[in-house]
Amino acid sequence: MIYENAKLSDQVFTDGIGKAPTRDGFGKGSVEAGKKDDRVVVLSADLAESTRAEWFKKEFPERFIEVGVAEQNMATVAAGLANYGKIPFITSYAAFSPGRNYEQIRTTTALNDVPVKVCGMHAGISVGPDGATHQMLEDIALMRAMPNMTVIVPADAEEGRKATYAAAFTGKPAYLRFARDKTAVFTTPDTPFEIGKAYYLWKGEKPKVAIIGCGHLLYDALLAAKTLQEAGIQVSVINSHTIKPLDTGTILAAAKEAGAIVTVEEHQAAGGLGSAIAEFLSETHPVLMRFIAIKDRFGQSGEPSELMKEYGLTAEDIAQAVRDLANHEA
Amino acid sequence: MNLSDTDISALEKKAEAVRETIVRMLAAAGSGHTAGPLGMADIFTAFYFHILNHDPKNPDWEERDRLILSNGHITPVRYAAMAHAGYFPVEECMTLRKFGSRLQGHPERDKLPGLETTSGPLGSGLSQAAGIAYGARMDARKFRTYCFLSDGELQEGNSWEGAMFAGANRLHNLTALVDRNNIQITGDTEDIMPLEPLADKWSSFGWHVLEIDGHNMREIHDAVEEAKAIIEKPTVIIAHTIPGKGVHDIEGDYRWHGNPPGKGPTDKVPADKQEEVFLNEIRESAKRA
Repeated sequence: MIYENAKLSDQVFTDGIGKAPTRDGFGKGSVEAGKKDDRVVVLSADLAESTRAEWFKKEFPERFIEVGVAEQNMATVAAGLANYGKIPFITSYAAFSPGRNYEQIRTTTALNDVPVKVCGMHAGISVGPDGATHQMLEDIALMRAMPNMTVIVPADAEEGRKATYAAAFTGKPAYLRFARDKTAVFTTPDTPFEIGKAYYLWKGEKPKVAIIGCGHLLYDALLAAKTLQEAGIQVSVINSHTIKPLDTGTILAAAKEAGAIVTVEEHQAAGGLGSAIAEFLSETHPVLMRFIAIKDRFGQSGEPSELMKEYGLTAEDIAQAVRDLANHEA
Repeated sequence: MNLSDTDISALEKKAEAVRETIVRMLAAAGSGHTAGPLGMADIFTAFYFHILNHDPKNPDWEERDRLILSNGHITPVRYAAMAHAGYFPVEECMTLRKFGSRLQGHPERDKLPGLETTSGPLGSGLSQAAGIAYGARMDARKFRTYCFLSDGELQEGNSWEGAMFAGANRLHNLTALVDRNNIQITGDTEDIMPLEPLADKWSSFGWHVLEIDGHNMREIHDAVEEAKAIIEKPTVIIAHTIPGKGVHDIEGDYRWHGNPPGKGPTDKVPADKQEEVFLNEIRESAKRA
């Protein structure tokens, strides 16, 4: 059942649940951070409307910096601003930032160890009709391999707001991943959020499998958990919004309790959240795992719901992976 | 700021000492770049001993001028100039590129106070300098930001993105200085990917352009002073330098871009004599000047 302490929306399994893209959370969170601290600046590479950087621009035009279609420049100008003492957020589609400007982020932000916040929008196949070029699926792998970098994937717009605000004040480099499509807003302002701290969304009694995910697919994980419970299969669902640093304590406890894990993310299986968990557990408490993720393919044009089916990222796919593991255990 | 003939003589004497340190530290390291650091020795000396508003004993002083080195591979000249200016003991230069040294093969901000940025991958220094200058202007800070670039790294697109940004934003508190030595690692810039007409390129990106002899202290000083007086746009100083300057046997020879004394071409000086011969040539060259 839904874990009480998660303080999820009381509309979570109804048609009345609100929907918003996680990038809206960036828009709100950046404005809140900007109100709190005038060192916060936002840089845009000609996509201010769709990245929601425009929301910050409206409030703080003097702290909004447009660099044009130049992601490498955006990253390096931001590194200079951070080096001087500002708290810059850089915004574009994840395919271009950190896709295009990876080395600039590596050298001038991460190795320099200055607090630039890289915000990759339109990540994943849920971008939809734009197709493979714009559907970034390797960004978590790129960014979590980088020393000094924190990596966060918010589950919904509300968590996006909290993550953006929290990231502003860490004094460290960070990567935040957001999506284009409207998805369920199932957390609330009362839902706990702390960078590096995973938390339960769903706790079954004596769970056979723990589902650990990040991003909007966690809502599908909840739908799967409900279906499975109705079929007599108990699971846990954990929101591991921070992929780096991984909340190893929570994950180890979940692995010990359930004995099997399904990971869920809208990203390549290679190098994502599932990989991070597998790396950790294989050294501490190996359990059988299944990875709900993209399996070494590029995306393509289509409606997000069509693409989720094609790439095996639906609630039913998650439920099926759990059944596989539960049967294996039995 | 004035610059007397006596000041110039003193700076030239310092530059000689910086060059000697460069040769000694590179020979001790057994790897590293020789031509670029020697070619930029006069400019680094002018900056660390005359132009920069800085405090070697307080490298994080908030009002200091920022000197961003974009082409990190010439860092031996920066290390040598910083050491002679009092940031750390000159003998520490002999730890260059060695395990545990603060003097990394390419400069790392977190390792050694006073470096400002980490650099090595080319083309990203100007944008960082522009970011610093932009932030400083937001807060009405008075310090100036300088960025040294190589000519070869102007083949990187990021360099021109930074130039476009600084020009568009009229960052007149930023001065770029291009080490126009006409060589890069595999040959002459104009053979590999021509940069000319270089002054026109900068000018068309919204910069005030000056061209100087990068070995003439008076010209270095005057160009920096002129840049301070231009408030409509950023200024770029295209400093014509001779790679390997001061060591007659290697001046202008691109093969010395990436080799240290003791490991370079041996057609003029045998490897085991290179350090000693180069040090002598630096002293001779200083006497002639």
